[in-house]
Amino acid sequence: MAERPEDLNLPNAVITRIIKEALPDGVNISKEARSAISRAASVFVLYATSCANNFAMKGKRKTLNAGDVLSAMEEMEFQRFIAPLKESLEVYRREQKGKKEARKDKDKKADSEEQDKSREEENDDDDERMEEEEQNDEEEVDN
Amino acid sequence: AARLSGGENRLVSLPLSRIRVIMKSSPEVSSINQDALFLTAKATELFVQYLATYSYKHGRGKEKNALTYSDLSHTAEECETFQFLADILPKKILASKYLKMLEKEKRDGEVGEGDEDEEEDEAVED
Repeated sequence: MAERPEDLNLPNAVITRIIKEALPDGVNISKEARSAISRAASVFVLYATSCANNFAMKGKRKTLNAGDVLSAMEEMEFQRFIAPLKESLEVYRREQKGKKEARKDKDKKADSEEQDKSREEENDDDDERMEEEEQNDEEEVDN
Repeated sequence: AARLSGGENRLVSLPLSRIRVIMKSSPEVSSINQDALFLTAKATELFVQYLATYSYKHGRGKEKNALTYSDLSHTAEECETFQFLADILPKKILASKYLKMLEKEKRDGEVGEGDEDEEEDEAVED
């Protein structure tokens, strides 16, 4: 099969695992069904993106944000997703913050070693990190 | 309670990079912030779970302990929430039925002898 430059499909293995974990043990999923769900998932992403983008445009923003996606879910009649999504988002944000702090600590440590001093002003650093976190909403993703 | 997807306790199983590719294929989208990307990926997982369980619950596949394509296309047709999938999950009919339909249309149009149909077990997409 020829590969397109931009693959709009989701990985089969992951889709299959998600389906299997959602259904009762031992239920067979035909290859056709699995493939259909995968296609449906891609269509879902497109539909959600389009919907979320409308909300962004209404707000005169060029960057899709979390609120836009949540509004899209409401619009698409997937309200049942909103509560679990909000919970997951909180966990995700904490994780991202933790990673950021870990990177900063690493950098800081390197600096200290260079200057041959040990630092204990962690409170000041926490304030710095908090400020930067608030700017997160405007950050663009570039892979 | 929020159910963490993925058997490995990860927050999200679908790769964000791939989700991003799909999102960016929409020409009117300029940029996507990291939280929005995460939420879309997570929502897609919830969607897959919901589509699968709903179709299984309301379909006939479970009579044979299976989730079938027919269960999914039935969901797309019957359930309003999933109607946006109707075009990509068309119903299938047996070739024999399709031939009968064609025959009937022909008969309705002109007077003639009806033919005996042969039974075929192949499914044909509409």
